[in-house]
Amino acid sequence: MTAEQGPDGTGIEVEGLVREFKNGPRAVDGIELRVEAGEIYGFLGPNGAGKSTTVLMLTTLLPPTAGTARVAGFDIVREGPRVRASIGAALQEAALDPLLTAREHMRLQTALHGLGKSERQVRGQELLERVGLSQAADRKVGGYSGGMKRRLDLALALAHRPRILFLDEPTTGLDIQSRTALWEEVARLAAEEGVTVFLTTQYLEEADTLAGRVGIIDHGHIVAEGTPAALKAEIGRPTVEAVPREAGERGRLAAVLERFGPGAAASPRAAAARLEGGESQLADVVRALDSEGIAIETLQLHAPSLDDVFLAKTGRSLEGAEEEEQEETEVAAETVDAG
Amino acid sequence: MSGRLRTQVGQLARRSILRTMRQPAQIVPALVFPMFLLAVNSGGLKSTTDLPGFPTDSYLTFALAVPFVQGALFSVMNSGTDLARDIETGFLDRLALTPLRGVALLSGLLAGAVMLGLVQAATYLIVGLVAGAELVTGFAGALVIVALSVSVTIAFGSIGLFAALRTGSGEAVQSLFPVFFVFLFISAMALPLDLIQADWFRQVATVNPVTYLLEAFRSLLFEGWEPDALALGFGIAAAVLAVGMLAATSALKTRLVRT
Repeated sequence: MTAEQGPDGTGIEVEGLVREFKNGPRAVDGIELRVEAGEIYGFLGPNGAGKSTTVLMLTTLLPPTAGTARVAGFDIVREGPRVRASIGAALQEAALDPLLTAREHMRLQTALHGLGKSERQVRGQELLERVGLSQAADRKVGGYSGGMKRRLDLALALAHRPRILFLDEPTTGLDIQSRTALWEEVARLAAEEGVTVFLTTQYLEEADTLAGRVGIIDHGHIVAEGTPAALKAEIGRPTVEAVPREAGERGRLAAVLERFGPGAAASPRAAAARLEGGESQLADVVRALDSEGIAIETLQLHAPSLDDVFLAKTGRSLEGAEEEEQEETEVAAETVDAG
Repeated sequence: MSGRLRTQVGQLARRSILRTMRQPAQIVPALVFPMFLLAVNSGGLKSTTDLPGFPTDSYLTFALAVPFVQGALFSVMNSGTDLARDIETGFLDRLALTPLRGVALLSGLLAGAVMLGLVQAATYLIVGLVAGAELVTGFAGALVIVALSVSVTIAFGSIGLFAALRTGSGEAVQSLFPVFFVFLFISAMALPLDLIQADWFRQVATVNPVTYLLEAFRSLLFEGWEPDALALGFGIAAAVLAVGMLAATSALKTRLVRT
């Protein structure tokens, strides 16, 4: 058996989807979105924003309070079994049985999805090889690393050749090597096999690297949607951030930087400003600091990031963005002595 | 049973058995503690057989019925804890995303209890016979004892499944064990019903179904073929299983709210 495909293709359409929990706020509050077939859609937001609740509704594991959604052309409320037959999902925690081996997991998953006996073994082996677990296939999963568990989780989600894949924070807690390997496999699935991927993440870099389009969710609302490039272009200007060598010079430093644009959020010892004239003003900034005789310990130019988009749309920074943001361009790592 | 349902039950049964075999902590206590209690009781209460009307002169044979029921009580904890862990880790959600039927899930999960029931029954019987217990119904009686033991184990296991689905917590399931253990102590565990002196205790033991499970085992050990006792024993196991499975099926529907 392979995954079903509905009359309207393999995408996702969501209209006014709401989920309200008893005695709680609306976890998801009337979201609208559309994911095209073969697209990787990144659903970005901090913890508690409503990402996982949305995934649970779209995978039919949680009935919506209001609104409609069609996954692979099937209604998530009225056609749950057909939706489930069309999708694969790796939910937030790698839900594995520590007492079973990877091969036993594959056998169970393929059998429950109705694959024939001979196909089960072939498909299981193929997927284990694809995610690099064939050597460890007969070891109990309890001894696997976080990355191995996540890769097995992905392989299990693909057992019945789904056309749509839901990945709920698939790389949370993984080291960079495991994360990169998983990204490569997800990108390959979309590019080579045309699998539609709905990926939730709180990692800016993940959304930026993988997703063709990104939806940013906060407090149950989608606050921005578009390609990462378009969203960043909307915010526009880069930020220059500098740390003075003498702490007492911070005020003078801020005044010089603000000649080039409005002040921006900075770390406690630093001052920052958004460059109205773009990156080309950096040389002018250095010259101005030099002429004012301000000695600088570090100077950094930050390209606009998805965190800036989040900040602009919500007034808050995305939790943990500092560690994840890889876009910043450090132009002067050590000391720029203007004296 | 359709081919697909058979496959689902078979695969989940396989998993349940593998899980049980790979958790010595589930098997060892279920084998050791009942044997320990048997040794203590059969040694300490030996003189009870001198009471007029005591049905056998071997207290070991009389007490050998207890491990079969005591061991079965472990399946409440084992089946329930395994399922509760599946709920806690999200494995149940993984299963819910497949075309799995609820009946396949519950039946498959009880397969581990069947295996444990078989191992327990064989162990208790062999240890009891080696220690000198009687078995007046011979080899056929041994087979019926094993069948009854497995039936009681599955029946109690279904209660464990219900508790797991209702609470979703392994700790909550484990807290049930002492409650069930009380039923064993307020039954005809140590004395036949008609020799219990305290009226209240005799009345409680008379209405306690565990008494009749014990009597079914005892009939095979030292009384001979007693169809009424066996029918009552198997009937109680079937009734507990029916109630447990109905309750578990209802709780599963609530737990799996998939559309």
